[in-house]
Amino acid sequence: MSAANTLRADLQLIADWVAPASRVLDLGCGDGALLSWLNRHKAVRGYGVDFDVNNVVRCVQAGVNAIQGNLETGLAEFEDQRFDHVVLSQTIQAMHNTEQILVEMLRVGREAIVTFPNFGYWENRWQILQGHMPVSETIPYQWYNTPNIHWCMLGDFEALCAKNGIRVLERVVMNEAKRIHFLPNLRGSLAFYRVARQTG
Amino acid sequence: MSDLTRSVGIVQAQTAEFDTPLHLASGAVLPAYQLCFETYGTLNAARSNAILICHALSGHHHVAGRYTPEDKAAGWWDNMVGPGKPIDTDRFFVVGLNNLGGCHGSTGPSAINPATGQPWGSTFPVVTVPDWVRSQARLADRLGIDRWAAIIGGSLGGMQALQWSIDYPERVAHALVIASAPKLSAQNIAFNDVARQAILTDPDFHGGDFYAHDAIPRRGLRLARMLGHITYLSDDGMGEKFGRMLKSGDYQFGYEVEFEIESYLRYQGDKFSDYFDANTYLLMTKALDYFDPAKDLNDDLVAALKKASARFMVASFTSDWRFSPERSREIVKALVAADKEVVYGEIESVHGHDAFLMLDAPYVNLMRAYLNRVAEEVNA
Repeated sequence: MSAANTLRADLQLIADWVAPASRVLDLGCGDGALLSWLNRHKAVRGYGVDFDVNNVVRCVQAGVNAIQGNLETGLAEFEDQRFDHVVLSQTIQAMHNTEQILVEMLRVGREAIVTFPNFGYWENRWQILQGHMPVSETIPYQWYNTPNIHWCMLGDFEALCAKNGIRVLERVVMNEAKRIHFLPNLRGSLAFYRVARQTG
Repeated sequence: MSDLTRSVGIVQAQTAEFDTPLHLASGAVLPAYQLCFETYGTLNAARSNAILICHALSGHHHVAGRYTPEDKAAGWWDNMVGPGKPIDTDRFFVVGLNNLGGCHGSTGPSAINPATGQPWGSTFPVVTVPDWVRSQARLADRLGIDRWAAIIGGSLGGMQALQWSIDYPERVAHALVIASAPKLSAQNIAFNDVARQAILTDPDFHGGDFYAHDAIPRRGLRLARMLGHITYLSDDGMGEKFGRMLKSGDYQFGYEVEFEIESYLRYQGDKFSDYFDANTYLLMTKALDYFDPAKDLNDDLVAALKKASARFMVASFTSDWRFSPERSREIVKALVAADKEVVYGEIESVHGHDAFLMLDAPYVNLMRAYLNRVAEEVNA
């Protein structure tokens, strides 16, 4: 349980958005750090979902309930509107069924929290201008071994939301744990969105 | 992995006699019965560290250890149960038992019916998973166990763990349901019936009263086991182990054993027909077919599981086609809908249904991690 009380800065921002005692589904939950923290500090109930059995084992070690599953095939295990928050942290850019997962998240949850590396970040643009695919803190892969297949910038994601009748409730853009307010699409490396179904 | 070679050592079976009549789902009543069981490890002062292991179709109470130092084979789940193993007997008090209707010491068709002085044979009533659970609860009373830290089972054993969590919610802290299903599919039942027909049509079966005829329906049992065995392995696993290997190097153009797989299956079938009772095989497959905890609730498994207060671990194996991962996911889905705590692992394995008895590393790691959590909770 070492370092269990401190959460990675990006996960902390997500945790701040989660209401106490709510139900949370954490997609691509990894070692369960977010849910473990939320269980202990906000009495949150929920499940993590991960494709990798080794991550399921790590979650169990961290006291987190994890369900092994493939996000690409949807969220059939979960009924409509079962969760208050459905989290997809830095995973959407690596998915084939990007649009489907976004829709599924808001089928099973009241709110979705999506974070992704912002391709519009100036360092990425600069590397492209120099003739190379970007490699950075939030994009730590070479073009030939990256799991990331669907890059987007803030405006692209917001357009996808609009197309699917999804409303942006809140947007935060960060760069190395610092919030960026001025020229976010240029200066922010990581984007955080809190979204919900359009009502009415 | 050196700790996996450790063993509970030499063990001895015990018998518990019950003389309170047991009313069965079929309407029949067993006036008295005995259950054969083994225990490993020590029950702690708080009586909080007990684990029940439920057996599958052809299983029994001998879960771990050996009866004599010369004993060639250890108990059927010795891989998983022992000091330092995932079901750690240094921390847990582990109970294995032979179900009612069994042929390894518990009251069953081959036992003597005290009312007649003859083996029960065809007169032994059909038993169901809920019947077993009720009989096991009485054994728990006898052992002074109010609440199991965990009930664990694979296949038919997993069904018992599930049923326990529904029928005695206050008595189960954790249920581990491995390579199981919420009910059998038509294909599962079909396989079971072919196995039963092999036994029922064996001329030595004598309507179930073969004991009186000094006969054993060996051919039927052997066929039933061969069929079962095929369904417990995967095509890939079988291919890896046997392929198209021939015993004598070339085709013989006859019907004797030629392929290694034939030799293996016949050997397994013969071995099984030497030690297993035909009536027990019929009963156990029927218990499988009948298992359906949602039947009386308009097929609403969620409603059935709502009654449970246990936390669950469900595990399946990718190459298991008899109880495929899809079937385990049905359980997980219902547990989530019933708002229960559940961990689910889908283990990559080539070992088919039998994988729950093997040592695929992710499986062992998952069991170990989950049972550590259980042990910490009960201060074991």
